[in-house]
Amino acid sequence: MISTGPLGTLTQEASISTETTVSEVAVQLEGITKRFPGVVANRDISLTVQKGHIHAIVGENGAGKSTLMKILYGMQRPDEGEIRVNGSPVTFHTPGDAISAGIGMVHQHFMLADNLTVLENVILGSEPRKGGLALDFAAARKKIKDISDAYGLGIDPDVLVEDIGVGIRQRVEILKVLYRGARILILDEPTAVLVPHEVDELFENLHGLVREGITIIFISHHLDEVLKVADAITVIRRGTTVAEVSPEGVTARQLAELMVGSELPSPETRESTVTDVVALQVTGLTIGADGERRVLDDVTLTIHKGEVLGIAGVEGNGQAELVEAIMGIRPSTGTITLAGEEITSWTTLRRREAGIGYIPEDRHRHGLLLEAPLWENRILGHQSEKVNVKGWWINRKGARADTERIVEQYDVRTPGIDVDAAALSGGNQQKLIVGREMSGEPKLLIAAHPTRGVDVGAQAAIWDHLRTARAAGLAVLLISADLDELIGLSDWLKVIHRGAVVAEFDPATVTPEQLGSAMTGAGEEA
Amino acid sequence: MTSSFTDRLLGRVKLSGWVSLAAPILAILFAGIVTSIVLAITGNPVFDTLTTMVDYGSQPRSLVLILNNATTYYLSALAVALGFRMNLFNIGVDGQYRLAALVAAAVGGAVTLPAPFHPILIILVSMLVGAAWAGIAGVLKATRGVSEVISTIMLNTIATGLGAYLLAEWAVPVAGSNNIGTPPIAASGQVPGLAMVPGSSLKVFGLVFLAVAVGIGFHVLLNKTRFGFDLRATGRSEQAAVASGVNVKRMVVYAMLISGGMAGLIGMPQLLGASYSYSLDFQPGLGFTGIAIALLGRNNPVGIAFGALLWAFLDVSANILGLHKISPEIVTIMQGVIVLSVVIAYELAHRYRGVAEQKRVSRELAGAASTPQKEGASA
Repeated sequence: MISTGPLGTLTQEASISTETTVSEVAVQLEGITKRFPGVVANRDISLTVQKGHIHAIVGENGAGKSTLMKILYGMQRPDEGEIRVNGSPVTFHTPGDAISAGIGMVHQHFMLADNLTVLENVILGSEPRKGGLALDFAAARKKIKDISDAYGLGIDPDVLVEDIGVGIRQRVEILKVLYRGARILILDEPTAVLVPHEVDELFENLHGLVREGITIIFISHHLDEVLKVADAITVIRRGTTVAEVSPEGVTARQLAELMVGSELPSPETRESTVTDVVALQVTGLTIGADGERRVLDDVTLTIHKGEVLGIAGVEGNGQAELVEAIMGIRPSTGTITLAGEEITSWTTLRRREAGIGYIPEDRHRHGLLLEAPLWENRILGHQSEKVNVKGWWINRKGARADTERIVEQYDVRTPGIDVDAAALSGGNQQKLIVGREMSGEPKLLIAAHPTRGVDVGAQAAIWDHLRTARAAGLAVLLISADLDELIGLSDWLKVIHRGAVVAEFDPATVTPEQLGSAMTGAGEEA
Repeated sequence: MTSSFTDRLLGRVKLSGWVSLAAPILAILFAGIVTSIVLAITGNPVFDTLTTMVDYGSQPRSLVLILNNATTYYLSALAVALGFRMNLFNIGVDGQYRLAALVAAAVGGAVTLPAPFHPILIILVSMLVGAAWAGIAGVLKATRGVSEVISTIMLNTIATGLGAYLLAEWAVPVAGSNNIGTPPIAASGQVPGLAMVPGSSLKVFGLVFLAVAVGIGFHVLLNKTRFGFDLRATGRSEQAAVASGVNVKRMVVYAMLISGGMAGLIGMPQLLGASYSYSLDFQPGLGFTGIAIALLGRNNPVGIAFGALLWAFLDVSANILGLHKISPEIVTIMQGVIVLSVVIAYELAHRYRGVAEQKRVSRELAGAASTPQKEGASA
């Protein structure tokens, strides 16, 4: 899985092509304006991306980055302005046009079919033929292996997508685009789902790609990462390009201020509010039979009232399973005690009723009914809470009133509580979930990646709410891939690797580097 | 897209506003055009045929028949719709109602009870039998993961065989014909018809009120109760339902039991209001008609009521076509085209609505807030 960098002939070709393509322009956008009824999503955007560069585009959610990328990828057409690819003006009607112009996009939300193998997903829509009819799996497999090896993507073409973790899925997405011969890659929030060492790996891969003359347009919230990897940075605010900076001449803070135009939040918790009352006690939690590889291996942890316990780990090392075991969604062995009461054999509903709040990792799949109005989403997971039900009946009035309260208190930006959850932006959806899970005075909050893919403003708000609740005595199990968030919010950190807790740290003294090495399984002695 | 095509097809995703009305009306108009073309191609007078059908369909006698047919169709479509709302394809409504009607008729014919209790007993038996038959598929799905589509289709076939056997065991000759049927239900078990339509001696099934009550109950159960919320949540996103603490396996069994119980009612208006006995010529195939009508009405009790009336109107008015030497199958074509075009129209309407809603949200947010941190439609 560990990348060893681009190999063999590709590297040699790459170094040759670098010499010749340094100052050509790959993509040029001029005066791009896109209006939706009532909203100007993009206003007079100008952008010049050099060939063989990693060009970062930063901006808050809703600033217009996604619209801009959709325009560049042929999913939307601009009302005004011109797109030039490799010097010649182009008009894209569909993503197909963009792909044939050599532009590929890796979406933030993966577009993979779970029940197909990696190979089948990659070739889907551009299947190699043998003799006109039959699929040439052998050729496809070889091509995938070649690409995977060349960039150290570490992808096995024959596993089912549902069996692989988020990190690998993303690499499959990148491979998919490369497979289609893209020379200009758009990566939408690629690091949002990765842990530091995977991010480094990704960056290594990206450098390998640009060495070969491929151009990368990189959209991100993570400014440190942008500064680390980008050759040029464009800042978008309120639909227009506000600055073009070079990573050498700017700090993350300056960049962020350009982005939001205001003071910045930080995740740090001030003073400890940890008490000695145990809220959650998990002992010997194990998933997986003897003899097999255990997804979760004898995990023991304690969270006190007023404590935030952070779980660090490379995605796919048992975090999701740990959460699901504590929620009672996934069968496990071991004991779980909530506020002194053993809940091991309880159903998910009963655990929720007993005071476990749950912010799921994937809010679209597990946290929301996207096509249901906000007030119905308020009820989801709280079907027995007083405000939502009266005995057998749904308390429509109560649920609506409480949704209004959440919208107010948690600053969910919405025109009303009757709109579908799908119509809100990611940050606002997440604020609604946080508000919902904080309702009904939970004893324990399980927060899996609570600020993943949300904008800086919503992130700060969510951190604030977590801190306030912690001060009021809430125990929090925090799972995050954002090490700053983990270190900043947690009172204690545990590192999970291959399903087992391998290290513990005091966040006050730990460095991201120490954590990172523990997360790869190398830091057991730490 | 955030919802799958089947979600939209089965009405687990709501469609509101004028588009939800315009879509089916346009689809029916379209179906009318297609039917007209078919009529014209086959050399029949288009306008005359359609006016003849409307004329005949609006006769008092036809209106009674339409109401009676629609009552049956309505119950059938509701039974199907309940499953659909939870992503359960109860294809076995057909077998459930036939078996339920047979057993209920046999029980009703074998006992005599004072008036209100006799029909109530028969109805309860029919619901229990329907629920039990559907419950087999529910339990198989919950415990062994058997697809309810497969198991209900197989149960339909088994119900046909079992029904034939039981009928042979229990049947007596029907007076004045070669037919055999269960012993007739005594007068105490019959539900008298109502002379609701002036100008016709035919009576509307008394159990039309049962159908209305089931429709109201359907709405209340789904939209006002916790159970209904869990059911709809499971239909919209099973994973979200699991995470929210819904016991999905138990919901599968319950939903199949309720759907089957409703299916058991399908034969009751006919049995208690007209035939009083289950015989060889008891109408088959209503369960499949129910699937089409459930799609037409988007699994909504009001929509289904209109769908059932439309379907019944077409069925009844088709009877006149034979007299004019026009093949009544033209109506089957029309029904088929209506279902197809309604499905397409709903899909288009949904896309339109999804885009419109996002635009509306971003517009209202942009109008309300002029702060720099406004959230756009794209994210």
